Amino acid sequence: MKQNENIKSRRLFYNKVILFLSTLSAIVGLLFLIWILITLFLKGIDSINLSLFTKDLVDGGLRNLIFGQFIMAFLATLIGVPLGMIAGIYLREYGNGVYANIIRDLSDIMMSAPSIVIGTFVFILFVAPFGSINGWAGAIALAIMLIPIVVSTTDNMLSLVPKELREAGIALGASKHKVILDIVLRTVKIGLTTGILLAFARIIGETAPLLFTSGTNSFWTTDLNNAFPSLTVSIYNLANFPTDKARNLAWAASFILIVIVLLINLTGRFIIQKRRNK
Amino acid sequence: MKLAMDIKKFCFTYNGAESPSLKNINLPIEQNKVTALIGPSGCGKSTLLRSLNRIHDLYPGNKYEGKIKLFDKNGENPINILELKKENELIDLRIKVGMIFQKPTPFPMSIFDNVVYGLRLMGIKNKDELAQRVEKSLKGSALWNEVKDRLNKSAMGLSGGQQQRLCIARAIAVEPEVLLLDEPTSALDPISTGAIEELVSELKKDMTIAIVTHNMQQASRISDYTAFMYLGNLIEFDKTETIFLNPKEKQTEDYITGRFG
Repeated sequence: MKQNENIKSRRLFYNKVILFLSTLSAIVGLLFLIWILITLFLKGIDSINLSLFTKDLVDGGLRNLIFGQFIMAFLATLIGVPLGMIAGIYLREYGNGVYANIIRDLSDIMMSAPSIVIGTFVFILFVAPFGSINGWAGAIALAIMLIPIVVSTTDNMLSLVPKELREAGIALGASKHKVILDIVLRTVKIGLTTGILLAFARIIGETAPLLFTSGTNSFWTTDLNNAFPSLTVSIYNLANFPTDKARNLAWAASFILIVIVLLINLTGRFIIQKRRNK
Repeated sequence: MKLAMDIKKFCFTYNGAESPSLKNINLPIEQNKVTALIGPSGCGKSTLLRSLNRIHDLYPGNKYEGKIKLFDKNGENPINILELKKENELIDLRIKVGMIFQKPTPFPMSIFDNVVYGLRLMGIKNKDELAQRVEKSLKGSALWNEVKDRLNKSAMGLSGGQQQRLCIARAIAVEPEVLLLDEPTSALDPISTGAIEELVSELKKDMTIAIVTHNMQQASRISDYTAFMYLGNLIEFDKTETIFLNPKEKQTEDYITGRFG
């Protein structure tokens, strides 16, 4: 009996130690996020005002940069989502055996490919032959980053659909592609949308793939055939500028960027949460 | 006596398996009767049921041998469904031989769209006709009164028992000749189970029913014929009364009296 008590109190002690350690690590992790947010906010606060959203970089604002960053990310989504989804559908619904597994592994490796390498690759294919950095190249580089994320999201989402649901469709006389379009994709609609939203949040803040593909542009432009405004590349440039004004603008731009990314992420998480509670 | 289907010397081997899961099965399925398949887990009863509409073909590499004949409504002109190869032939087969699964499988769409799913696949577009068929099918599955005011609401909001009756409505909407039920009540509460059992007895007026069940009371309550299977063999097939009251085989008797399984 005495021995049992000893074991019990020792277990309780270990339990407390582990709880303390895990809480501590959680706090350390969170601390950095909050630290980053506060630093960016304090450093950027002087430069944050409404004119940032109404003026272009030449006039000391960020309007064209935010616009350009979104345009390239949207184009990347337009290119990357259909390709990634179709590939993901192939892997889960049609692919079998070695070939599909190789594609799946390659796609996973692509997900961790250094983004600067993707930028270099796109530079060789879509910048060098045309002799000028351009917005299309930036969008393509972002799309290449996006595709493996969408492939893996689609693949994982489809794996959650119970096989009975597919069988029920087939048993009613539907062909396989009808079952996929009408039933399987509809079942994962919300999850897939959320996944794409989170993938969008991943690429909107990228710098390296844009550095020598789209570059950036101080002026308002919608011409994707030339250097295209990019918020992230401009942050990089402004931070290297010798004037305080430029550096403060870089802080402000960083703060706005992180708020955009956070908002998209939170929206995605909110949708997931809402669906779980339903 | 008219047959709906006739299984002859049927063997089935799953992809990659060394030995067949079903061995030399001979089983007639009479029209407008309920045939129950019983037996312990792993005996092959679901495998056999799933062969009757070739749903196994969704997964490549399985091997069928023997014959499974499907007759028309007059019990004539049999076709061997194991010889069907083209996708549209298989689609025709599945329209004639419908299926209900263990877990309810409502599609993520409205109640109405669920019921007309098979009809739309058949090319029926006329709204009045679709509405009529929905009412008829939902009445046929004893769900009409519960859902008639919310046909446009999502089917996912129904209870488990209602979802299963919706799946039955969806299956009978295309007016199949045979309906296969794969343990249709094992995920349901006793009241929903009772409703489905009553329904099965109603449905056999219009179609032939084959049901797999773990529940021997259920088999004895609703079926006209019972087949007892064990380890991939069909041990005994007879009128349900005979199987339960006067089985010829020792294994059948042991199983139905609860000595094993």
